[in-house]
Amino acid sequence: MIVSTIIAFIVGGLICVIGQLLFDVAKLTPAHTLSLLVIVGSILDGFGLYEPFIDFAGAGATVPITSFGNSLTHGALQEAEKHGFIGVLTGMFEVTSSGISAAILFGVIGALIFKPKGNV
Amino acid sequence: MVNQSRMLEFSTKPAIVSTAIAAGPLEKQSVFHSYFDIIYEDERINQDTNEKGHAQFIEDTCTLAVRKAGLQKSDIDVLLSGDLINQMTPTNFAARELAIPFMGMFSACATSVSSLITASVMIESNLMEHVLFGSSSQHNAVERQFRYPIEYGAQKPPFGQWTVTAAGFGVLSHAQEDRPYVKSATIGKVIDCECTDPLDMGSAMAPAAFDTIQSHLQENKDEASYDLVITGDLGKTGFAILKELMKKSGVDSYPVKLFRDAGAEFYGNKSEFKSGASGAGCSASVFYGPIYGDILSKKLKKVLFVATGALLSPLSFQQGETIPCIAHAVEIWID
Amino acid sequence: MDAKSYQPIVDQIAPKRPVLRNCFAAFFVGGIFCAIGQIFSYLYMYFFNFTERTASNPTVATMVFIAMLLTGFGLYKKIGQFAGAGSAVPVTGFGNAVISAAIEHKSEGWVLGVGSNMFKLAGSVIVYGVFSAFVVALIKTILVKMGVIAW
Repeated sequence: MIVSTIIAFIVGGLICVIGQLLFDVAKLTPAHTLSLLVIVGSILDGFGLYEPFIDFAGAGATVPITSFGNSLTHGALQEAEKHGFIGVLTGMFEVTSSGISAAILFGVIGALIFKPKGNV
Repeated sequence: MVNQSRMLEFSTKPAIVSTAIAAGPLEKQSVFHSYFDIIYEDERINQDTNEKGHAQFIEDTCTLAVRKAGLQKSDIDVLLSGDLINQMTPTNFAARELAIPFMGMFSACATSVSSLITASVMIESNLMEHVLFGSSSQHNAVERQFRYPIEYGAQKPPFGQWTVTAAGFGVLSHAQEDRPYVKSATIGKVIDCECTDPLDMGSAMAPAAFDTIQSHLQENKDEASYDLVITGDLGKTGFAILKELMKKSGVDSYPVKLFRDAGAEFYGNKSEFKSGASGAGCSASVFYGPIYGDILSKKLKKVLFVATGALLSPLSFQQGETIPCIAHAVEIWID
Repeated sequence: MDAKSYQPIVDQIAPKRPVLRNCFAAFFVGGIFCAIGQIFSYLYMYFFNFTERTASNPTVATMVFIAMLLTGFGLYKKIGQFAGAGSAVPVTGFGNAVISAAIEHKSEGWVLGVGSNMFKLAGSVIVYGVFSAFVVALIKTILVKMGVIAW
């Protein structure tokens, strides 16, 4: 377990370094950078590379935002394999719901409980 | 042009008879905090929203400025003010409570001086007796409108600035002995050097400050020297660029004892504020607070206030536009 | 002063972003978020019978919950200022984008404020994630049906 945690640390850190270079060198906004990384995750799953990447790096591959792209594509491909072209549409949110649902749920709960503070 | 000169001269010496400054809790960390009349404990002034709090402290500051002038609200002919929020609603709502005839003014962060210049023209014309002028900003309201929700973990670059929560207002009347008066002014032109980064306002505004300063100082270069030329919120980055522009053009050889920038100094050297302070309240609180105080006590006798503003909107940035900027200058003397 | 001759002055004087320091900070903090995620994955696998591949679902939800706490207590923005992409790229950054917008816009009410503005910052991630998944899956499905590649 310790080894896999260290691998997760290193791989996740490296993906974040790529993001930081997109911020500082390419001067992209966070929205542009994250959208780009999601698309990269999606393309990697198209080539069948992301699932083995998860097997190797565990949370180092599932925690970064790239895994959203992977889950969406993976769900679409799984359904397409079963049901043909229509599966491309129906399969997408099958596997990804947790991240987005959690964000919405905790967004509403957060808005109930918290108030923003302008401290530096 | 009436006089073939870009500079306006005021022969009747409209005098700034009183000023009032208010600031938020974070501004206790300002090097100027001892000059602020009111410092609030709550950044929303105990109101429900940032915008309501913004309106509240504008109202409080205006009321105090009028009181310090020994006047009633009914003595004020017009309130000239604005802020950075869409359609200047905090100022509009404050004006509703104050029940003074009101003309909203927008020059982004340069509103502190644009309102004073307009007030001076009104007093000079002798159509008015007392004009209330000034500007303000509230950090949370400005950040969420122009940049991000305030709890969002965006990374500010080293040339970024912090919008202050502050208001600075003054009452302008006819000439009064022992009060600082407006000698002349230069209204800025919009200058656009095609800067596009909304996180780097200093670089965008420095050319506008340079244009106005160069124009005003050129007209006065045979006069006695200025004790101080102080810009509004170029920040450490923008101020360094301004100094470079002045050096390159020879303007730095004009008779000025000292150049300063309110934004660069506002929070001292605390690194979490990056390049310094910005916002319509920054120039207003510093010009009409500590600097006005120094002129009143005759430590400074001839000062040029140059407030700078970036005339962009969140939409213009998203549409890929550049950031046009403006700087207005007003010269304050005391006899 | 024209734009062409002005830009070199800005480039010379404006402080540069500390790219190397930012990359180290991003690596460190991003790595820690992923390491925490790995530990939660193990907890879910051993105590709740998730497999290695399905453990990512509750893990991601837990990370977003942590993001809510950090955002609500005003800590996420401090982490963000230090770590940059190290806090934006992990799914906690997505959570922070959604939750900070929700908290901020409560002043406009629950429907027009919280509801409409929640995805102000994070919406493009979902939009382009879905769109890209559609294009990639469509292309791959066409290629499979044409017999060029296998699933």
